[in-house]
Parts: sequence; C-alpha cells; structure tokens
Amino acid sequence: MLYITQTALELGFLYALVAMALFLSYRILDIADLTTDGCFVLGAAVSVTLAASGHPLLAVPAAMIAGMTAGFVTAFLQTKLGVPSILAGIVTNMGLYTINLMVMGWSANVSLLKSETIFTLFEDTGIGGAWNEAILAGAITILMGVLLILFLGTRLGLSIRATGDNMDMVRASSINPAFTITVGLCIANAMTALSGAMVGQYQNAADINGGTGIVVIGLACLIIGETVLGRRTLVKGAIAAIVGSAIYRLIYAIVLYTKIMPVQGLRLITAVIVALAIAFPTIKNWILFEKRKAAARKGGN
Amino acid sequence: MLDIQKISKTFNPGTVNAKKAVSDLSLHLDEGDFVTIIGSNGAGKSTMFNAIAGVFYVDEGSISLDSKDITFLPEYKRSHFIGRLFQDPLKGTAPSMTIEENMALAYLRNTEGASPFTRISKKDKAFFQEQLSLLGMGLEDRLRQPVGLLSGGQRQALTLLMATMVPPKLLLLDEHTAALDPGTAEKVLELTKDITSREHITCLMITHNMKQALELGNRTLLMAGGNIVLDVGGEERSHLTVEDLLARFKAGTGRELDNDRILLSE
Repeated sequence: MLYITQTALELGFLYALVAMALFLSYRILDIADLTTDGCFVLGAAVSVTLAASGHPLLAVPAAMIAGMTAGFVTAFLQTKLGVPSILAGIVTNMGLYTINLMVMGWSANVSLLKSETIFTLFEDTGIGGAWNEAILAGAITILMGVLLILFLGTRLGLSIRATGDNMDMVRASSINPAFTITVGLCIANAMTALSGAMVGQYQNAADINGGTGIVVIGLACLIIGETVLGRRTLVKGAIAAIVGSAIYRLIYAIVLYTKIMPVQGLRLITAVIVALAIAFPTIKNWILFEKRKAAARKGGN
Repeated sequence: MLDIQKISKTFNPGTVNAKKAVSDLSLHLDEGDFVTIIGSNGAGKSTMFNAIAGVFYVDEGSISLDSKDITFLPEYKRSHFIGRLFQDPLKGTAPSMTIEENMALAYLRNTEGASPFTRISKKDKAFFQEQLSLLGMGLEDRLRQPVGLLSGGQRQALTLLMATMVPPKLLLLDEHTAALDPGTAEKVLELTKDITSREHITCLMITHNMKQALELGNRTLLMAGGNIVLDVGGEERSHLTVEDLLARFKAGTGRELDNDRILLSE
C-alpha cells in the first residue's frame, strides 16, 4: 500500500501540471485547449531526446519553450486568423504529431537507457531518501503553482483573468484580448510540456501516443480536486489541480494493483466523470424544472 | 475635440440584409461638451458610438480626437482615452474578480509603460478606497468581494467610476441608467453629473428620456435614419420644451419620433 501511495503521489505531482495548465486555459481563459495532448508528448519528446544526449537539465526549459511555441501557434490561429478555438487546438495537435516524430528522430518512441535524468541527479544528492522522486516532482509542481498564482495577481495576470471572465468589459478597457489569450495559452502549454518533460524523464521514455486523452484526464483531475476543495478562489483552484491529480493517480494505482477491473477501463470511467461533471449544472436545472412542473400540475388539479 | 467627418457604415453589404446604419454623419464636439442624444429605434445612435469607440471601422469618412486621426486605431487602443458605459450593467465589470481587481484593471490605462508584472500596491488600494467612498454605496469596505455579488446599480456605479477614475478624453454613455430601477438610476445619473463636471470630461449620452435630454448637459442631438437631424444648444435649447422637440423632429423628418421606450416626461 505504501508503494502504491508513493507511486500515486509521484505521478500525481507530475501530471498535476497538466491539470494546472487546464485550470489556466479552461477555467480562467474559458478556452478548451486541445493542443494539450500533442503538447504533452512534445514536452516528453524534447526532454527525453535531450536527456539521451546528455543534457537532462537543459531538457526541461527546452521542453517548456517548445510547449510555449505550440501554445503560440494555437493562439495565433485563434486570435489572428479567426479559427474557432477548439479547432485551432485540434489543428495544432494534428501538426504536432509529425513534429513530435521529428523530434524523436522519426521513431515512435525513445528510451533513456543509462543516461542521467533530473531524477537520478536529484537522487545523487541524497535528499529525501526513498521519497526523492516524489519530493522533486512535488517541489517543481508546487513551485509552478505558486508562480502561477503570483502571476495571476499581476496587472498582466488580471488582464488574462478578465479576458475569460467578461470579454465585453475587456474590449472596452484598453486590454488587447488577442494578446492576453496568446500569453495565457503560451503559459498553459509551457506547463503541459513541463509535465510531459518530467514524466518522460521519470519513465525513462517518450512515446508518440503517450499524450492521448491527457486533456480529458487533466480535466477530470481538476474537477475531482474542485469537488473536494470547492472552486472559489485562485489558490484553491491551483491546489485543486494538485490534490485532484493525486487522487486520480491513487485510484489509477489501486485499479492497477488490485486488478478489480482492466486498467484500460479507467478511460471510460474518466470520460464519464468529466462529461457528468461538466453537464452537472444543466442536469441540476433540468431536475429542478421537472420538479416545478410536477408541483404545478399537482397544484392545478 | 472630437471631430467626425462624413462617416458611413453599412452592415451586411451586398446581401438582402444590407443596412446603412449611419450615412454621411458629421459631428464636432468642443472640449467639456455634455451632449445628450435621442432618436428613434435604429436611428444609428449606438452605431455612431460603436464607430467612435472602434468596435468596427467605418466604411467612409474619418474620426479624429484632439486632432489625432483615430479612424483606423483598434478598439483597445482607443479605450485608453475613450470611456464607455453600456445599458447592461453586467457588461462593464468582471463578475468573478474582486472589486479591487476590477479597479486595478481600469487603472491600467494610467500605467502605460509600467511593468506588466507589478501587483496592486497599498497606494493603489488606498486610492481605490477613496474613489469608492465617493459613490456613497459602502463599496469601499468590500474591496475583496467579487463584483458578481453586487446589485446592477452598484455594478453600474462601479463601472462609471472605473471608466472615469483615469479621466478619459471622451465618455460614451449608451442609456447607462435605462436598466436600473428609478431610485438607482437617479443616483447613477447624479454621479455621472458630478464626475463629468468635476473632471471636465467631454461626454456623449444616449437617453430615451426626452426631459432628461433637455435638462442635462449643454447640447442635444436628435438622430433619425442614420444621421443627425436636429442639433440644439445654448440659448435656443434652454427655452425648448419636449413638445417643441417633437414638433421640430416632425418638421425635420416628416415623421413622428417613434421609439418604443421613449419617455416624454418622467
């Protein structure tokens, strides 16, 4: 059980950055950014390829810059060329498949055999003992969360939040929405790529299909976290991304080890959770409306 | 200060729905003018506002402000010196952000060149609080509450404050009190008068209240069919009654002033 918890915590922290990226793009900017899947693989591909050539540290910022570029392409399609936001993400995602293959030297997966990674480097320092991977992953994720919250309180951060909150207001108040959306998507995708970069080095491999469905899983994590913590403030939102991600990975690990069902079954459950959670307000209204109709009928007779 | 030269705008050109919303419209405003505008439905009042604010670019003509040509300046850049209030009080503020964050956004206009990474300072907060206390709505004690919790009237008053906190060169008010209850509308209108006269802001205000149109400000425009059909100010306007105005409208356009929401008196 301890082992399960440890693995869940490690993966939870690593994948939490995707949930945090979606917190920024989906919750704050109100854009369903489907670049996420390809961007995650891009991060992993850049990171693992660079680590394989002996630069595990450089690999991390390089992956983030690559992710930022992917976010920029999506934002450019959307804000400058009028491509609807969902389609812009899908189009970029499609293109990224080829880019990712290219980064990995035209092979579908790259492995790190004996190369050093940020995790082996950290292990060598001796900090954290057996928990060193969880500690490194946690430190990076929490640091990114703190930076994100601090950033969202700056003038630029406030402008980005207003863009997702009230477009009418933004247009009338000297903020250029094209700029704020671009900055927001660049940051979100840098975080997604960072997640991919760390997962890649953690698993010592990058796979061309490693990002499939990451966007839905990230949303599920965010929703789980928000259900546990409530979604009122920014700080809670960022913590929700981490907590939700840890809970999701714990469930995943339990399913994996207890074999109560095939682990592939989790995808269906994840999809259902996300669909239900997003549909929740509509379902609630429908139930209230049906109740009112029933009450009115009773009163009428 | 504002100079509009023969602007025209057609929506959906080349289709069966083509509509010339504003045609060959010219208008000149002097510094400190407070101009009220009335007109029928579809007279082009809001279209003229949107043209000035840069929501779209005009098909023909030019617009300049303080002798600077702004005809092709994008909307967000014009917002640095043109403030706007809409009829819908929900349009002017971000509901899930706090009062202080909303004000900080409006205050951005004043911090041109400042680093985008600076945060709201203590000094900013004190300034926001002082400004809010001028509204007399007790909002100065609620800086950290989300704007979504405020009433429509409070939100509109806050929007007014945000639009004028850094005094704009020109303030566009598009029936900004029409959606509020009478008491609140009165209050917001008083605030509008106070703030514009205190800061000497040049102002254009669309209203559907004829009496208000004649009482407020120093000049009144009547619009119909995408143009200005009557422009009265000064001595002439001070003797004008609502009946005179209606008669002048009919004489000018050959039609009755028809606006389903027009108020002839209070």
